[in-house]
Amino acid sequence: MDWPFLIDVARQLLSGVPLTLQLAGSGLLAGGVLAVLVASAAASGIAPLRWIALAHVEVFRGTPLLVQIFLIYYGLGQIPELRDSFLWPFLREPYWCAILALALNTSAYTAEIIRGALQAVPEGEVEAARAAGMSGVLLRRRITWPIALRHGIALYGSEVILMVKATSLASVITVAEVTNISYRLISSTYRALEVFVVAGAIYLALTFLVSLAVALVERRLNAHHAHRRT
Amino acid sequence: MTSPMQANTANTSPVIATEGLRKHFGTVEVLKGIDFSARDGEVISILGASGSGKSTFLRCLNLLEMPSAGRLHIFGEEVGLRAGKDRLRIANRRQVDRLRTQVAMVFQNFCLWSHMTVLENLMEAPVHVQGRSRAEIREEAEAMLARVGLTARRDAYPAQLSGGQQQRAAIARALVMKPRVLLFDEPTSALDPELVGEVLKVMRDLADEGRTMLIVTHEMAFARDVSSRILFLDQGQIGAEGTPQQLFGGGHNPRFDQFVSRFNQG
Repeated sequence: MDWPFLIDVARQLLSGVPLTLQLAGSGLLAGGVLAVLVASAAASGIAPLRWIALAHVEVFRGTPLLVQIFLIYYGLGQIPELRDSFLWPFLREPYWCAILALALNTSAYTAEIIRGALQAVPEGEVEAARAAGMSGVLLRRRITWPIALRHGIALYGSEVILMVKATSLASVITVAEVTNISYRLISSTYRALEVFVVAGAIYLALTFLVSLAVALVERRLNAHHAHRRT
Repeated sequence: MTSPMQANTANTSPVIATEGLRKHFGTVEVLKGIDFSARDGEVISILGASGSGKSTFLRCLNLLEMPSAGRLHIFGEEVGLRAGKDRLRIANRRQVDRLRTQVAMVFQNFCLWSHMTVLENLMEAPVHVQGRSRAEIREEAEAMLARVGLTARRDAYPAQLSGGQQQRAAIARALVMKPRVLLFDEPTSALDPELVGEVLKVMRDLADEGRTMLIVTHEMAFARDVSSRILFLDQGQIGAEGTPQQLFGGGHNPRFDQFVSRFNQG
């Protein structure tokens, strides 16, 4: 085993971790906000809003993320109006294109998680709140959303892990995150096995930390599921 | 029932009154025009076969179910209802929210808020709806828990309680709002037989205090012993109405007698 080489690889790949985390973090943040909007639209009484939300989910869930990245990075540049707009300084940057694609992709999945979590809130608990004089934002803030959060948190943890791994696709549009650095190391060393094993280990470590964090949050939120009858 | 409260307020306007209350689900008419009123201090048991509309009627009184037609008065105040597509709609959300804090409800399935401890369940509405101070409410909530025998379980979550404990907590949650009326929607129907007694005992104490209670129930003995009045719903209409002595004595109303005898055969 060539330890000095492995350590050198690890050192170089770790330099890509901040970018990987930035992509995942920004994507999740923007995607999360968008998901709330999409989920609200999906539950709205206005039919066209519902259709838009439905289409959004179907399109971004039903096409490969890689295709979405290509479309945004290579495809949008073909539209002259976009090239002349204030958005162009962002859309010509691989970094922003990757974040946009990740955000759109995760927003579709997260909107579905939110929808399912809201549906899982027991009708009786909402009725009890109404019967006690709650309505509108107060009812949602105190009862509906906290209960939905507890239903959705585990699924959302999986979505966060998927996003961390999905950032590796940004490598194909020259974003120098962990996978992209791996490619470049291989083209100069031809040692694919060692490089990808280290790259895989780095992703594994990251997702393990996410799992741990989600488990901690879940345990805190779900104290009420611990059956401790006396 | 001759509590002092009842005697003092016998002549005031009804606590809850309905006129021509109707409700249909699709083409099925569940309530066919109910005229009803309850006065302060009355304990009214609402009886009837399943499908007679008794739960629907109770749920219409705090508008968890929207009637299709009719009028509703609570504490002498007409509740604003406007016409909607297939049922009436709440005209003034704030009026209904305000009245609901005075008309507490206890559900068949307890419906405690699962993400809160027992004590938090009790404090939730008084603090966040009625805007009372946490310190003051905490004291009252603790006292209420002591009363229903749940002091030791105040920091437990609903899922950690037995059905009987959950229902007693739910009753305590209703009481800390200091409601003027208590609605009970089959409060013992979801309980194991051996847990029914502890809940009925709490309800019996409340009735003895002179609380105004409307109870949808299948507990015949309880209805006969505790109620000041029986309302018998039969296919969406009031089939019979009167004191337990009048109705349970037999011969007052053949449909009611039939209902009771079927019940006794079990």
